[in-house]
Formats: sequence, C-alpha cells, structure tokens
Amino acid sequence: MRKILISYLAFTIIPGLTFSAGSMDLDGYLEGMNVKTSDVRSLQRGARNFINNCSGCHTLQYMRYNQIAEDLGITEDQLMQNLIFTESSPQDLVMNNMLREDGNRWFGKAPPDLTLVTRRKSPEYVYGFLNSFYEDNGSPTGVNNHVQEASSMPHVLWDIEERLSDEEYSQFLNDTVGFLVYAGEPIIEKRKSMGVWVIGFLLIFLILSYALYKDIWREVK
Amino acid sequence: MAKDTESIFKNPLLRWIDDRFPLSSLIKDHATEYYASKNFNIWYLFGVLSMVVLVIMLLTGFFLTMNYKPSAEDAFNSVEYIMRSVENGWLIRYMHSTGASFFFIVIYLHMFRAMLYGSYKKPRELIWVLGMLLYFCLMAEAFFGYLLPWGNMSYWAGQVIVNLFGYIPFIGESLTEWIRGDYFISDITLNRFFAFHVIFLPLAILGLVAAHILALHHVGSNNPDGVEIKKHLDEAGKPVDGVAFHPFHTSKDLVGITVFLIIYFAAVFFAPEMGGYFLEVDNFEPADPLKTPEHIVPSWYFTPYYAILRAVPNAALGALFLVLAVLLFVFLPWLDKCEVKSIRYRGWQYKFALTLFAISFVALGYLGLQPATGIYVALARFFTITYFAFFLLMPFYTKLEKTKTVPERVVYKKKES
Amino acid sequence: MEKNINRRKFLSIATSVTSAVGGIFAVGTFVSTLQPSKKAKALGASIKVSLSKLEPGSIIKVIYRGKPIWVLRRTEKMINELDNENSNLRDPESDLSIQPDFAKNKFRSKNPEYFVVEGVCTHLGCAPIEKFAIAPADMGPDWKGGFYCPCHGSKFDLSGRVYAGVPAPSNLRVPAHQFVDEATLLVGENT
Repeated sequence: MRKILISYLAFTIIPGLTFSAGSMDLDGYLEGMNVKTSDVRSLQRGARNFINNCSGCHTLQYMRYNQIAEDLGITEDQLMQNLIFTESSPQDLVMNNMLREDGNRWFGKAPPDLTLVTRRKSPEYVYGFLNSFYEDNGSPTGVNNHVQEASSMPHVLWDIEERLSDEEYSQFLNDTVGFLVYAGEPIIEKRKSMGVWVIGFLLIFLILSYALYKDIWREVK
Repeated sequence: MAKDTESIFKNPLLRWIDDRFPLSSLIKDHATEYYASKNFNIWYLFGVLSMVVLVIMLLTGFFLTMNYKPSAEDAFNSVEYIMRSVENGWLIRYMHSTGASFFFIVIYLHMFRAMLYGSYKKPRELIWVLGMLLYFCLMAEAFFGYLLPWGNMSYWAGQVIVNLFGYIPFIGESLTEWIRGDYFISDITLNRFFAFHVIFLPLAILGLVAAHILALHHVGSNNPDGVEIKKHLDEAGKPVDGVAFHPFHTSKDLVGITVFLIIYFAAVFFAPEMGGYFLEVDNFEPADPLKTPEHIVPSWYFTPYYAILRAVPNAALGALFLVLAVLLFVFLPWLDKCEVKSIRYRGWQYKFALTLFAISFVALGYLGLQPATGIYVALARFFTITYFAFFLLMPFYTKLEKTKTVPERVVYKKKES
Repeated sequence: MEKNINRRKFLSIATSVTSAVGGIFAVGTFVSTLQPSKKAKALGASIKVSLSKLEPGSIIKVIYRGKPIWVLRRTEKMINELDNENSNLRDPESDLSIQPDFAKNKFRSKNPEYFVVEGVCTHLGCAPIEKFAIAPADMGPDWKGGFYCPCHGSKFDLSGRVYAGVPAPSNLRVPAHQFVDEATLLVGENT
C-alpha cells in the first residue's frame, strides 16, 4: 500500500519538478492563467477564438472539424455556422489557404501548425506568449514579444486586448490555450476518466487476489 | 533422459495430448513440482514483472504496427493518426511508451536483486550471462524503437548514438555509413531500424528469455539468504524450505503483478508524458536535420552511461568507457571472490561498495540529464570513478570480507494475519 | 476443514472470474482498434454530387467508399422504354436485389429521370459498359438499351435489372441516396 502511495506522489511531484525547470522566465507573464480542459464551455469559446483569430494563418493539421464538434458538444449546424468559413466539410482537417512559400515570404517564417504546440512548448509558454506582446518601433511588425524574442507574429489580439478588461482577456487566453491543449491531445479528459475505472477495477482485483494468496499460504510454516 | 511422467489430467483430450506432447511433464517440471524457496521478498517479483511487461510490449507493439508507417514522410503523421483517429489507438500508444520506461525500471531492480543476493554466483553464472545478453538486446530494442516516431529528439538521439560508432579506429566511418545505409540518418535508416525493432530483436529476446528460464530451472532459484534449498530434502525428496511454484508463487506473484499494474496504469492514464521523461517534448515536432534540440538527451534509462561518456575528456575514450561500463556487469560472477552469496551475511566491504554503486548509478543518471557544465562535470567524473571502482576493485575488497555464518535453513518469519 | 475448502473454492473462482472480466475488457480494447478509423470514416462519408450540368442521356461517375457510382439522367425515350414490360428479366420486381425501399420499382429510383446505381456487376465485380443505343449490331435487334458487362457477358436494362440466362445473379445494386435539392444528390444516406 505504501508503495502505491509513494508512486502516486511520485507521479504528481516528478512532472511538477521538471516543469518548473522549463518555465525559465515565464513567471511574469502568466498572471490570470487558469486553464481548465474539463470545462467544455471554455473549450467551445476557445475553438471559436481560434477559428476567428488564428486559423487564417495557423492550421491544425491533425484535427478534424467533426471531431471538435463531437468532443465539445457542438451540433453540425453550429459547426457550419460558427467554425467553418472555408470550403471545408465537417470531416475535413482544419487547414487554411496560406501556402508555405507565401508564409515564408510574408513573415520570414511561415506560421507553424499549432496542433501540438502546447505539448511541444507547454500551455504556459503559449499563454505567456499571447500575454507578453509590447510595442517596439524597431521591429517590422511594430511589436515584439518577451517570451519569444523577435517573433515574426504580429499582435493579432491587439484589439481584443484593448477592448477587454484584464480579467476578460485572461479568460480569453485561458479559453484559447485550453482549446489548444485539447487539440494537442483530444483524448485528455476521456483518458483520465477511463483511468479511474481501470484503477478501481484493479483495486478490487487486488483485494481478491490478496485474499487468495493468504489462503493458499496459510499452510506454509 | 525421458522420464515416464504420469499425466496430471483426467480429461481425455488432454491425456491424448500428453501421449504426444510433454504437456504434463512441462507443467510439473516448471510449475507444480518446481520448488522455490518460501522466503522470497519483493526483490523476487521483478523477474515475473519483466515477463508481464514483455507481453504488454509485444501485444501493444503488434497493434501499433497495424497503423504505423515506417517512412520518413509518414512516420510522425502515422503516430498522430494512431493517437487521434484509430479507436483506442491512444491507449495502445501510451501503453507502449510507458511500458518501455517501466521495462527498464523493472529490469534494473531485477539486476539489483542478483547483486544483493549473489544470484549470479556458481552455479548460476550462465543465467546471469544470458540475462546480460537480454539487457543488451533490450537496450538495442529501445534505441531502435526510439527512432520510429521520427520526432526531432528521435532523429538527433539516433544521430548521436550512431556517430559513436565512428570512434572505432580504422573502420569507424564506413561502419556508421553501413549502419545508416546512407550518408545521414534517413528514410533508409528508419526502415531498417523498424525491421530490427519489430522482427529480429523481439525474436532474439523471446529465445533468450526461454534459455534464461531453462537455465534457472535446471539449477533452481536462489533466495534472500543465499542458501541452497536442495541441500535439505524431506522423505519425498522435496526441499524442506521450498514450496511448489504453482500454486504458492503464482498466487503470490499475482498480488505483486496487480500492484504493479495499478502503478503502471496510473502512469498510462494520468501521467503518460511523466514530465517529459517518458515522452520527450522535443519529440512532439517532426525530425528536422536543420534544427538541433537545445539539449540532446537520451531516454532516462540510458543517461547513466551518457554521463560516463561525457565525463571522459576524450570523445573516443569516452565511447570506450561507455562500452566498458555496460560490459563490466557480465564479469561480476568472476570478479566477486566472496564465497557467501547473500548480502545478509557478507562483510561491510561489499555492503558499502554496493551502496556506493547504487548511489553512483542513480547520480550518474541524474547528471546525464543535465548540461555538461560547471559542477555537474566534476560530479560526473567523481561518480564515474566510483562506478568503475565497484567492478575493478572487487576482486580485492571481496577477498577481505569477514562474513557471518550462513544458516543451513532459510529465514522465514510468518506474519500472523 | 470444510470451511477452508469452500473458502479456497470461492476465492479461486472469484479471482478467476474477475480476471476473465478484466481480460475481456483488455481484449476488447485491442480488438476495437481494428474498426475503421475516424479518417476512414471521414473519407467514407457521404458525397454530394452536383446535377446542374447533367444533360439527359448523360452519365456522371463518382466514387463512394471505393466503388463506382453512376448517375444517369434518363431521356424521355428511356423512361418510356422502361414503362413497357420486359419479359426477359430475371427479377423485374427487384425482389432479390439490394436497393432502398423507394427504389423497388421499374425505374429503381424515386424520380424516373435520375437513376443512381453502383457500377459493379453482381457476378464477379467488373464494371459494365453503357450500351444505350437501341438494337446496335453488337447487341442484337432486341436490345432496348442498358448495360453490358464485358467480362462474362451479363446484360442489364436501363434500370440495372439483370436479364435471365446471364451469369450475373441479381440486379445492379442501388446505393442509399437522397436528393438534397433539385440539383444536388447525396450518395450514402437515404433521408
């Protein structure tokens, strides 16, 4: 029993330890961060935010629209009206019409696909990035970024950041980053709930097998 | 020498099989009449656990192969396809990646048991050597498997390890080209690594496991007291300190296996990335020959040897030391001059040396994950020395041990339930 | 002693049954991965066919789930021809063949003007050829238009109904389909 408890602690502490090693100087830019992938409404808003603000340049090449709809409780009608503005059908991947060469030419580096960005960089990085743009007259876009120096991305959310209060903007980012975490691993919530059942079953089995073992070994002196 | 073994079955179909196949004698020799000591502790669980993990890896690997595409163009995408599009594909993938790390956890603990209780000593040297061959196969299997997702860390880790072969004098350059099948790690390399990973090494491992267990059963298992239980037999010719493998050890192992599965599945369902140790973050982007990761780090189970490689100032010598560090294990049965098997009855010299070795191994593992700068360099050098000293000085300090008297019978304290 | 044996029996059976349940879930999980993946389902999704440019007497060919689907816009003449009884058909009422309920008639379609059919001969799977001309030299004087399979000589009428005395055992298959609007056909779903 003790060993199981120790391992559970290990599984919560180890990821935490290594994570703090990678946060480098993100600390100042994470204010208001509270990403919850279990909040379906938040993910729905995040999906809308992504399509409206990001999908013009960034693709989600491993996500299908109909999977987003199924996982986030969106009907096909809502999908067509709110999330698909291209020629795509619901079963298509979330792509756009920007060619790689054009992206390279216009921005110096084509906007990367974002399906796996939170797994590659961490949700904190993405939140911090979207939260740390500042004016910089020396840069071609007129802005720079504390988390990713000399980023070639313009501050797409400038209007939104100005319009919304600090809290509202944090919520906006939480929704959007939450959606990207989901896009990076759509099964994230289901795997946790499945895990509870599997461990529960194994615990019941543990009780039975332990009783059987004790019974068989009763005669050993 | 064929024994005339009576069938253990009443069922006529099974008796028919028994007349044509040694089913009853196999079951008797290896389970119901194979006697092992009654005082096994938790260290004795890791052998059967490694078989459980092997089965998990073979099954999940097989199902992954149904959907994985071993080409540079498709490999990365096929892994994401498995994660998102194949029903329950994500679970098979996580079981495989988590299983790889758990395999090494289990094997390192399994090896450590042998070092605690002298399970490599006469007459069990061959079991140990076969086990070491299994360890080499496992490391190769993990290395080949790691390239397959074709992530950026896969690519660069593959690059670094294959380049190590370049340090072999005279043949180094041609050898690395021959291994890669190309001038750089490419689609050709990926395809052949896939063949090694899926066909050759699993078959080699299965064959070696069979030999490993046959060798064990031929001699009989050791135990935490290092006492040969065959020395004291009862009137029926059975060891007095032994209990039949089935049902005694099977029922006990079932409990241990269940606890293991709880821990294993907790990782699979709640922490499959394990903070970047089981699934490295750099592998979430495709291989890019133009973009080297900030820190090229091998998987955690290779880091002790990686630390040794970097600790040596000369690259070629470092590669040599790495190979020696792995090879030295093989010679333990002959380096250890103490007659007593179990650490329970050995002198303080071995207890100290083994403790220091364990600390060195873990420390080197940690250091292998860090950048090779500052104090880490000095510490890596220090622990490399203690690591090698454990083996190379062993013929001397083990001769000096003042051992306790080894009991005639095993120590078995029954816990009242 | 009795109690011990009963307890042993109970525990053994309980453990075995629970193992079996776990085993079934485990096997089921692995086996489920063999189902068509989401990508296969996406690629196999119903397809829309635009009919706006389809002339009478012409045929559009598309692929649905790997099979050729033909959309024929029948001419007046073809429709009238089908009105007549044809005594040479093996299964004129389409009792043995596969088609949606609304296609169990002599036109084998909801709307006689548009005929949607799988271009796969029901004998061994070859693709039949269109033979819409009346009584051409190669089909003989009694040929009223239809489809001819070159592999083994099976003949079908303009509703894909198989003639008697040819190798093919049944009428050409009509897939599930619906007309979303006047100019758009959806292959794959009936309603």
